[in-house]
Amino acid sequence: MSRALFLVLGAGILLALILVPFYPQVIYPVFVMRVLCLALFACAFNILLGHTGILSFGHAAFFGSAAYFCGYMLKEQGLPPEIGLLTGVASAAVMGAIFGALATRRSGIYLAMITLALSQLVYFLFLRLPWTHAEDGMQQIPRGVLLGVLDLQNDLTLYFVVMVLTLAGLALVHRIVHSPFGEVLRAIREHEPRAKSLGFPVARYKILAFTLSAALAGLAGSLKAIIYQVASLRDVHWSMSGDVILMTLLGGMNSVLGPALGAALISSLYHYFDALGGWVTIMVGGIFIGCVLLFRRGIVGELHAVLSERRDAKASHDEKENENATN
Amino acid sequence: MIEIFGVPLVALTGQIMLGIVNGAFYAVLSLGLAIIFGIVKVVNFAHGAFFMMGAFLSFLLLDTLGIGYWGAIFIVPLIVGVLGVVAERLLLRRIYGLDPIYGLLLTFGMVLVIEGGFTVAFGSSGQIYTAPDQLRGAVNLGFMFMPIYRLFVIGAAVAICVATWLVIERTSMGAKLRAATERPHLTQSFGINVPLLMTLTYGAGVALAALAGVLAAPIQNVSPSMGSELVIIVFAIVVIGGLGSVSGAAITGLMLGVIEGLTKVFYSEASTIIVFLIMAIVLLVRPAGLFGREEG
Repeated sequence: MSRALFLVLGAGILLALILVPFYPQVIYPVFVMRVLCLALFACAFNILLGHTGILSFGHAAFFGSAAYFCGYMLKEQGLPPEIGLLTGVASAAVMGAIFGALATRRSGIYLAMITLALSQLVYFLFLRLPWTHAEDGMQQIPRGVLLGVLDLQNDLTLYFVVMVLTLAGLALVHRIVHSPFGEVLRAIREHEPRAKSLGFPVARYKILAFTLSAALAGLAGSLKAIIYQVASLRDVHWSMSGDVILMTLLGGMNSVLGPALGAALISSLYHYFDALGGWVTIMVGGIFIGCVLLFRRGIVGELHAVLSERRDAKASHDEKENENATN
Repeated sequence: MIEIFGVPLVALTGQIMLGIVNGAFYAVLSLGLAIIFGIVKVVNFAHGAFFMMGAFLSFLLLDTLGIGYWGAIFIVPLIVGVLGVVAERLLLRRIYGLDPIYGLLLTFGMVLVIEGGFTVAFGSSGQIYTAPDQLRGAVNLGFMFMPIYRLFVIGAAVAICVATWLVIERTSMGAKLRAATERPHLTQSFGINVPLLMTLTYGAGVALAALAGVLAAPIQNVSPSMGSELVIIVFAIVVIGGLGSVSGAAITGLMLGVIEGLTKVFYSEASTIIVFLIMAIVLLVRPAGLFGREEG
C-alpha cells in the first residue's frame, strides 16, 4: 500500500474516532471503546503469532488477569486508576514471562497446548481466589480519577483516555515490530536454527516477545475493566483466547494493524448478533474454519496481495511499453 | 477407623478409585489424540466435542428412539466415526502439508460449530442419563463400596486401551499404520493407500472419543460444554506424556487421574489445577515429556 493512501486512511480513522462520542445515536461509544481494547489486544497478540511465529492459545490469561488485578487495586484497595493500569500491565507482563519461559521449552503445536493449559490454570485460580467472587465476577469497579485530574466517571473523558492509551499501545506495537528487535523475531520465525547460529539468544528473545505481548494485552484488559467496571471469568476463559486468534487470523497476521480490523469485525459480530445466542458461536466457528481453509493471509493480507499483483502487472506492462519505445 | 496421614482409609481409597475412573477417560482420550496425531499430524481440538457428541447421542437415542445403553455403546461410536470420516474428507484433508498449527485452529473452529449447534438445539443446561439396570448398585470390595458402573468403566477403558494397542502392534493394519506414521511417502510407494488410512484413522480416533462419551454419559452431566474442559486437561496430559507413544499417552492419563484423586483427599483446592502444575514441572525438568522424543 502506498504511503499516501495509508496516511489518508489513518487520518480518516482518527477523525472518525474523535467524532464518535459526539454522535452516540450513530454508534455506541462504549462499543467503540471495546473495539479499541480488543484491537490493541489482537495486535499485541500478533507480536507472537504473526511476527515470531508462535501460536499462544492462552492470551486470555493476560487480558483477564490484568482486568482482575486492575479491578482489585481500584475496588479492594481504593487506589487511583493509574495504579490499577500499572498493576494490570505489570501482572500481565510477569505472567507473560512465566508463560514464555515454560512454553518456549517446546515449540509449535506443543507450545500452543502448553499455553492453553497454563491459561486454564490461571482460570481456576481466579475462580477460587476470595476477592474475585467466582462466577459473579468483580462488579462495580470504581473508575476513579486518572492522575488526579481526569475524572473517568465522565464518559467523554473516559472515551478520550481510552482512545489515547489504546492508540499509544498500537503505536508501541508498530514500533516493536519495526525495530531491530522485531527483525530478530522475524528471523526466528523464518529460520530458528539460523537465527541461533547467528548468535542471537533465541530463547531470551522469545520470552521477551511473550512478555511484551502479554504486557500490552494487559493494558487492553485493564482498560476493559475500567470501561465496563467488571472483571469476569469470561475474560480469562479459553474462548477469549480463541477469539483473539480468530481476530488476528481474519484481519491478517502478516500485517501490523490487520488484527485491529479483525477485532472490529468480530466484536461487531458479537455486538450486533448477540440476541442469536448459540448461533453466534456457530458463526464464529464457521468463520474460523473459513479463514483456515480459504484465506490464511487474512483480509489485509489478501488485499495487499491483490494490490501488489496489480502493481506488478502494471510495472511489467510499463516495461514492455518502454521496450517497444526503444525498439 | 483406619487412617493414613490423618485421612480415613475409606475416603482415601474412594478418591483413588474415582481418580482411576477419571484417569480411564483421560487415557482413552489421549490415546485417541496420540493415534490421530501420529498419522494425520493434527492435534485434534475437536476430540472433546466428539466426546460430548458421544454422550449426547446416547441420551438422544434413548430419549427419541428408545435405544438403551447397550445399543448406544455400539451405534454411537459408529455414527460419530462416520461424521469424523466426513469431517476429514471435507475439511482436514485440505490443510495437510501446512503448518500443524492450522490443524489445531481448524479443529478449534469445529469445536465452536459443534458446541454452538448443540447449545442451540438443546440449551446449555445438562441432561441426565441413567446407567443400565445391569450395572446399577454397588459391590463391597472389602475396604469400600464401589458402584458397579464405575468398575465397568475402568474395565471397559482398560479393554479399549489393550485392544487398540493390539490392533496397532499386532495386526497387519497396525503395521501399515505404523509405517505410514514413520514414512508416509515410502509407505505410499509400497502401494498402501495412505490417504485412506489417514481418513480411517481420524474416523476411528473420534469414534474412540465418542465411545468414551457413551461411557461418561451415566456419570457426568451431559451438556454441550462437557468436552472442552476435558480436552484442555487431556492436552496437558499429552504434553506430559508426549504424543509420540500410544501406550505412553494411556499410562500418563491413568496416572494423572490417580494423582488428581489423591490431591482431592489431601488438598482439595488444588485438585483442579494439579495436572497443569505437574505439566509445568515436567516442562522444567524434562521438556520433551516423560515418554517423548524431541519433536522436529
